[in-house]
Amino acid sequence: MTDIAATRDIPRPGRWPWFGAFAILFLIGSQALGILTSPPDRDMGDLQKIMYVHVPSAWMSLLAPAIVLVFSLRYLMKGREDDDLLAASAAEVGAAFSGLTLVLGMIWGRPAWGVWWAWDARLTSMLVLFLILVGYLSLRSFVEDPQRRAQWSAAVGVLGAINVPIVYMSVKWWRTLHQMQSSPSTVDPAYVLSLRANAFAFLFMMIYFIRRRYEAARLERAAEHAAEAVALGER
Amino acid sequence: MTAWRDDWRRVRTIAWKDLTTERRSKAGFNGVVALGVTILVLFGFALGPDAQAIRDAAAGAVWLAVLFAGVLAFNRSYQVELETGALEQLLLYPGSRWTIFSGKLLANLTFVGLMLVIVVLVGIVLFQVTVPSSWPLLVGVLALGTVGLVSLGTFYAAMASRSRAREVLLPLLLFPMLVPVLLAAMEASKALLGGDLMHASGAWVKMLFAYDIIFLVATHLAFEHVIEA
Repeated sequence: MTDIAATRDIPRPGRWPWFGAFAILFLIGSQALGILTSPPDRDMGDLQKIMYVHVPSAWMSLLAPAIVLVFSLRYLMKGREDDDLLAASAAEVGAAFSGLTLVLGMIWGRPAWGVWWAWDARLTSMLVLFLILVGYLSLRSFVEDPQRRAQWSAAVGVLGAINVPIVYMSVKWWRTLHQMQSSPSTVDPAYVLSLRANAFAFLFMMIYFIRRRYEAARLERAAEHAAEAVALGER
Repeated sequence: MTAWRDDWRRVRTIAWKDLTTERRSKAGFNGVVALGVTILVLFGFALGPDAQAIRDAAAGAVWLAVLFAGVLAFNRSYQVELETGALEQLLLYPGSRWTIFSGKLLANLTFVGLMLVIVVLVGIVLFQVTVPSSWPLLVGVLALGTVGLVSLGTFYAAMASRSRAREVLLPLLLFPMLVPVLLAAMEASKALLGGDLMHASGAWVKMLFAYDIIFLVATHLAFEHVIEA
């Protein structure tokens, strides 16, 4: 019996599982480095260690829209379905990371500031970024035709991505006008190595997540193609 | 140069068509204005009755009322064509797609602009606002804010109006994107109403201007990908 799905539709895992294993081990190592070697902060004590997950998570959340932008533009220029699936995967992973950043920020904020939420410039911009990505994903879930979904997502992805720095700037100005305390932005040299290691660890994890999500998306499309072929009586 | 003249003629024709459709059935405009005013009243209940609290919140309340009422206008601007199948006909005509967007944008600017004027006047009365001497600048801020709001609203409505759950999708896509416009417009309005002692409004006006230019260009470029699909 012939295979229903064409071989071109199934993504080949290649060396990615090895990369995934490496990424997880690197993450464990970086976290261990951070937790075991950094001295407690003068004001926050051991609470400071949450920085090793919160800050890299925030950086990945900012990288994700850039990836969405690149692949959305590529899709608009070349029309290759892979670019659309990669953009969508990056958006979903980005939404997860920005949601994670928000939750970690709240966990850090409660003992540090005494409140679960403060309209701090960075936290607020991150919340708006999260909502922009959620909007992108909602659009995709409400559109069934793959061609239309890809075109619309690409346009929305490009506009959303270019808005991210503008949102950050406007929220920052809004905050400075209203004179509230800002969160510390300089990192003590004792923490830099661990922070950098964790940043790379999160980068590798994000790349691996995007790859896995892309593989799942390709499989979904292969299933859709196969269903179409069966419906058209080709099999 | 005839290409530009043709494009401009298309833009004008589409804008005129949209405005004529609205003019003939005034229900749409009246409904949207009524909604804007109702939202203002609800804000009054939420924030009042203390006069100072209401006065401080006036700029924010007016902008949000215009935003919520405007969302209805954006979906409506594609509604008539979708119901009658006229959008396919429109796309069959030769010519650049961005002219369709420009035409609808101009029509929506007029529609939302008129609505804004009425809502602002009602807001001044309800929220006991004293009109400052710098009111021409305030009018400028209102205009720039409206351009930002309407360009993105018209763009996203091209997609939302043609998908399932259009009432939810348009705000969900549009509102986070409008954060810079809303912040800038609300803060500049607040500053001007309060006498602008810190000259904060200038920076916000520049940001509004930059935002409007960036997104006017981006939406015009992206429109053909969105309307053909």
